[in-house]
Amino acid sequence: MAAIESEIVVDDPDAPSGTSAPVTSTRSVEAVVYVVLLALALLLGFDNWRSGMGWAKDGPQSGYMPFYLCVILAGASLWGLARIVVLRRVSSKPFVTRDQLRRVLQVFVPTFVFVALVQVLGIYVASLLLVAGFMRFIGRIAWWKSLLTSVVFALIMFVTFEIAFDVIMPKGPIEALFGF
Amino acid sequence: MEAVTLLLHGFAVLLTWKTLALMLVGLLLGIFVGVLPGLGGPNGVAILLPLTFTMDPTSAIVMLSCIYWGALFGGAITSILFNIPGEAWSVATTFDGYPMAQQGKAAEALTAAFTSSFIGSFVAVVLITFLAPRIASFALRFGPPEFFAVYLLTFCSFVGLGREEKHKTVISMALGLLLAAVGMDTVSGRLRMTFGFDPLLRGVNFLVAVIGLFGISEILLTMEERLALRGHAAAISLRVVLKVWRELPRYWVTLVRSSAIGCWLGITPGGAIAASFMGYNLAKRFSKNPETFGHGRIEGVFAPETAAHASGTSALLPMLALGIPGSGTAAILLGGLMVWGLNPGPLLFVEHKDFVWGLIASMYLGNVVGLIIVLTTVPIFASILRIPFAAVAPMIVVSCAIGAFAIQNAMFDVWLMLLFGVVGYVFKKIGVPLAPLTLALVLGNRSEDAFRLSMIGAGGDLGVFWSNGLVGSITTLALLLLFWPLLSRLFETAGRILRRAPAS
Repeated sequence: MAAIESEIVVDDPDAPSGTSAPVTSTRSVEAVVYVVLLALALLLGFDNWRSGMGWAKDGPQSGYMPFYLCVILAGASLWGLARIVVLRRVSSKPFVTRDQLRRVLQVFVPTFVFVALVQVLGIYVASLLLVAGFMRFIGRIAWWKSLLTSVVFALIMFVTFEIAFDVIMPKGPIEALFGF
Repeated sequence: MEAVTLLLHGFAVLLTWKTLALMLVGLLLGIFVGVLPGLGGPNGVAILLPLTFTMDPTSAIVMLSCIYWGALFGGAITSILFNIPGEAWSVATTFDGYPMAQQGKAAEALTAAFTSSFIGSFVAVVLITFLAPRIASFALRFGPPEFFAVYLLTFCSFVGLGREEKHKTVISMALGLLLAAVGMDTVSGRLRMTFGFDPLLRGVNFLVAVIGLFGISEILLTMEERLALRGHAAAISLRVVLKVWRELPRYWVTLVRSSAIGCWLGITPGGAIAASFMGYNLAKRFSKNPETFGHGRIEGVFAPETAAHASGTSALLPMLALGIPGSGTAAILLGGLMVWGLNPGPLLFVEHKDFVWGLIASMYLGNVVGLIIVLTTVPIFASILRIPFAAVAPMIVVSCAIGAFAIQNAMFDVWLMLLFGVVGYVFKKIGVPLAPLTLALVLGNRSEDAFRLSMIGAGGDLGVFWSNGLVGSITTLALLLLFWPLLSRLFETAGRILRRAPAS
């Protein structure tokens, strides 16, 4: 057998370093989540209490199941909170380091902008911008490669959904120019 | 036998050029998704689901289940060549698979992994073929109380048997059930928890939540990691394949043991992760020289892969027969059934014979074709990992958005997907399991309806859940499982006291 054995190596120069300072601890994030869930349970519980959480002649009213689910949710959140505050049983390892947060935001912010753009420009143009922008500015890939990839990708999406499978997607002014 | 006749009918449904082409496309897409970092079985199926909305249900499910097989096969490639388990259940495969690749036996390891996945799934499909129709015809006699008891059993076993901290499982499940209840109440027609906000009238769509929870959050999590990778490229030659296959009969005990473990754990919610580790550990314990495990033993690849795939496949059994998904992916397929206008449950076997047997036949065919495809195309798929993540990530985001929008043609759903992405990211990092939330979302309305219908039928008497032997034993079992952690601790203490008593 010839040497088919070769290595595939992909580098990640931008990787988050292991020594980056933690932004916050898992413990505090967990506590915040419990408080949010508790508030949610109270809010939803109130709404269900208003729409009737009792027992009518023919069985439970429409708020019955959700109301008690809120009670369970609130109880479990309080239990979690108590474990953190009273028992201090939760480890205080970092939730996210500064480097990691930067990388996560590098994806999240463009995604958020993309969703906002979909409403204005339609999904195909917005996805062209997202793919090209992401590859160029975050992946630091050459301009021509980024543009080519994004155009081909957007076209494939358009042909697949709009023409082949007939799935309706949000479209904007540019598609309208071509009569779609 | 009746099942065999029906199965042949299923093959007849399947053998059209269109369906076969869809199978092939599904398998290739699935392997692609399985190899990509940060995407796996459930995410892939969720993202590609919208492609199937305009198809007829049979073609759609065939394509989806092929995506699933493909993703399962694809996960093994990255575990062995790159030491990156694509899914939690591939972790055990890396123990011996990666050392084998390092020793230059990557081709053998891959062949072993693919072959054993094939064997595991095959055993599970045979089980489905013969067991599912029986369970379904038994369940036809179920009324609302029985169904509620079965749902309760599913929920309780998640809380009682799950490995996560209990309060986190409870939170995840309660949240899922609550979200499922948002919108119009199906029994009384009243609005619940909408706060006068119109887009919430439709409720929180299950698939939108899944795309956010699994798709978007996975991308955020993947970005946190160091994305550099180093691995082996490998091509599989026919000679290697035949060599591994000739050795197969020697490991029949391991294969049978792992298949049995997988089938059992797949039907009960618990899943492929536990199955793969259990398969691996038992193979190690029963081996004559257990110390060689972890240094590139082919048996260490056979055992977890067979178990994981038997379990992943048999998770579809309760979904088909009872309408209760045994795994995250099965839950998504179940969500798909509802989108195509099918009502999951035992009636499926009566009302939609073509669909059910087409699906079962496609499991056989998809497995065989999948095995051939992965064996021949490994080098191509391994090189997919050379594509920079900066190009893959935005494309996945776009597919997620398209998927979320297509379900109900609503922009609000895309925003909701984004929100679920953040929720999924935070939950995964603080250890709140997502599987109970998914399950609760998909079963929420059906379990509430079953509860209220049985209440209406019984005039509001909770005793209806113990009104006959069947429903009574299911309900009791559910409660036992719910309090299992407490009970087992109680038994342990009691046992210790009893053992100590005669000694003193």
